[in-house]
Amino acid sequence: MTQPKNFGFGVDEAMLRDSARKFFADNCSADKIHSQVANNFDIYRDIESIWDKNLWSQICELGWTAACVPEEAGGIGMPVVAAVALAEEAGKAAFPSPLLSTFNATFALRACKSDAATKVLGEIATGTSATLAITNQKGSWEAQDTDVTVTDGKLSGTAWFVQDAKKVERLVVSASTDNGVGLYVVDPAATGLQIIADGIIDLTRDQAHIVFNNVEAIEVAAPGNGDKALNEALPAILCITSADIVGSGEWLLQTTTDYATVRVQFDRPLGFFQAVKHPLVNVMLAVDQTKSLVYNAACAIDSEPEQAERLARMAKSSASDMAVFSSSRSVQFHGGIGFTWECFIHVFFKRQMHNHVLYGDAKYQRAKLADMLMGKAA
Amino acid sequence: MSDAAKKDTPEQAEFRAHCQQWLTENHPGQPNVHIPQGALELSDPDALQWLKQWQKSAYDAGLIGADYSKETGGRGLKDCQAIANQEMQRAKTPFFPNIIGLGMAAPTVYFHAQESVKQELLPKLLSGEHIWCQGFSEPGAGSDLANQQTFAEKKGDTWVINGHKVWTSLAHFADWMILLCRTSKDDKYNGLSYFVVPIQSMIGKGVTVNPLIKLTGETGFNEVIFEDLVVEDKYRLDEVGAGWKVAMTTLAHERGAGLLTTPSAGGMVMEKEKGAGIGNAMSLIDLAKQSYRNGKTAADDGAIRDSIMELMIRQEGFRQNQRRIGVKELNDHPMRLPLQFKLVATEMGQDIAQLAYEIEGASSSLYVNDENAAAGGQWQLAYMNSFGVTIAAGANEVQRNILGERVLNMPKSK
Repeated sequence: MTQPKNFGFGVDEAMLRDSARKFFADNCSADKIHSQVANNFDIYRDIESIWDKNLWSQICELGWTAACVPEEAGGIGMPVVAAVALAEEAGKAAFPSPLLSTFNATFALRACKSDAATKVLGEIATGTSATLAITNQKGSWEAQDTDVTVTDGKLSGTAWFVQDAKKVERLVVSASTDNGVGLYVVDPAATGLQIIADGIIDLTRDQAHIVFNNVEAIEVAAPGNGDKALNEALPAILCITSADIVGSGEWLLQTTTDYATVRVQFDRPLGFFQAVKHPLVNVMLAVDQTKSLVYNAACAIDSEPEQAERLARMAKSSASDMAVFSSSRSVQFHGGIGFTWECFIHVFFKRQMHNHVLYGDAKYQRAKLADMLMGKAA
Repeated sequence: MSDAAKKDTPEQAEFRAHCQQWLTENHPGQPNVHIPQGALELSDPDALQWLKQWQKSAYDAGLIGADYSKETGGRGLKDCQAIANQEMQRAKTPFFPNIIGLGMAAPTVYFHAQESVKQELLPKLLSGEHIWCQGFSEPGAGSDLANQQTFAEKKGDTWVINGHKVWTSLAHFADWMILLCRTSKDDKYNGLSYFVVPIQSMIGKGVTVNPLIKLTGETGFNEVIFEDLVVEDKYRLDEVGAGWKVAMTTLAHERGAGLLTTPSAGGMVMEKEKGAGIGNAMSLIDLAKQSYRNGKTAADDGAIRDSIMELMIRQEGFRQNQRRIGVKELNDHPMRLPLQFKLVATEMGQDIAQLAYEIEGASSSLYVNDENAAAGGQWQLAYMNSFGVTIAAGANEVQRNILGERVLNMPKSK
């Protein structure tokens, strides 16, 4: 199979992206997000999940959660690049919502290819939010690693590093049995389930570890198929996270070049000095390389699936490096004000720091790639 | 069906089939002379002759100048040159020797010369019968290109040119030069004009070409001295004083951001350099498997593995950038990606060669004149030569200014 020249990004995808741009421009200016999520600078503040549920229901009415749900499950059946474009715009707005998590859960459920999964996908299409609970305490990104077990169809153990756990209405949990890893859908309000919020750096997300004590669950991938489904969904998950980094990186780039144009020192705007200008150009190169790699990998998922993991790991490697680079240069070139809580930069800086490690940082992706392309090291 | 062939127009599909068939039957095969890594390193007249013959045969078959009008020696097709380029790359052909002619002089002449001059010069340029060179850089005008001192003075119906050009690749073989020079001292930018001038036929009659030796030990570029060279007025491109504007057409094409696709061939590897895969990050894997480090192969070394993957990712990103240029909806600024081309391509090439050098370990001390050198010493040569392209066509520091100012709208650094 080969990829279409336009990355599968056609008229419908462009319309959806443009409507997202308008939505975020109308509703989520950086100062609004800042006043919403950064109203308490106390380093030991209580852990809270701050987000605008009203905006989220508008998004669901606009059909974004249905975009990548297959038509037979009640969705729109758009290609992965559609979700990537929405994630890019959400990243550009540093938007606090379960959008990315719901996309990730969507792709995991799609890979389950079961009636039970299709039913949950139908709920997502009508606006039910979901997230993945698939990471163990050691923070392994490998699909077969989980600290949750299944006994008589009930879940026990703890899932770690669960994104947007306090916002979602469904959890997609990986759990091991003697016959391998399965995937299970759980209602966060279920009996025996406790969500313990993590204190995290990123102000625009919430994260938690979730304790299961004999919790009722719906099996969506049978033992032995769960890790396969997660591995199949992995390229899309890497693309969604990388797309958020691209959007966030672009916001940091534009905001910092704007500042370099107005801030004057030594009688010149900062951008006059090549010590500032050239690294910002390098940030642009990194953003663009990543953006091209992300759309390429997302397109591969639909049209060249045998290449998808390789290309998605390339995208996430590039994205993770760029996440660090774009955010560090933005703080540095804003000077003293960039080091303050009052400047909006830190909201994006922290989102990029969080993004960079999610589902594996750059060196991790390159190690996986080297194993794929060079064979394991002796 | 190949990726590239997927959305050809009927005209393109027919042309692609023609290219494929012609290349199957007419690939020139391995040469009997040594061909250097690129046209800018050409110094052996026999190698030049062999490559000129290849260019002529490709031109006669329509693989060069496909998008140029029939009157100017082309085929008058639409968006077909890129197809010929893809097929020539796929067939791993030799490169074309008239690289400056095809990439810079041809589009500039095409867009700015009077019709009779186009018809006079372009057919022989495209066929490679005439080799072209570029007279832009001067001792005092490198990155500051507009600081031209070479002067053209109008005398009756002709121009008399005096001055000194440097780093002039291929001037020792060139029949013609594209020349940027000064026609007025009153205005830095609006005092510039642009000419095409004969070189070989005027040596000793106002033109002197002296070779300059590169740091690699190769020749290939020169200084060119003009002493009262007389040039007809018809060889002036565009208006007097419009030289900077015309030069921008040249530079846009040189940097891969022009309106016309440059005819370009390549991919052939000399027999004894096979396996080197110069310029391709993928070939670093094989090189690492054949190189030793710390008791294992370099391919088992974690740091080397990470570095190779990093470059393969950059290479894929560069490729996908070129693909994304064609998707309007994924470009918020039309020049943002095209203007990155030269900068990204040349630094990537340099970094790939530098990593190859590192992977080779002790063997990297051996040069092309040592039979034990890994890959014929070609990576070492490629690394040293890579500075030619990070400096030429506006040093990459200037490229960063251009990107920062024109795309990111930051204040000018001058």
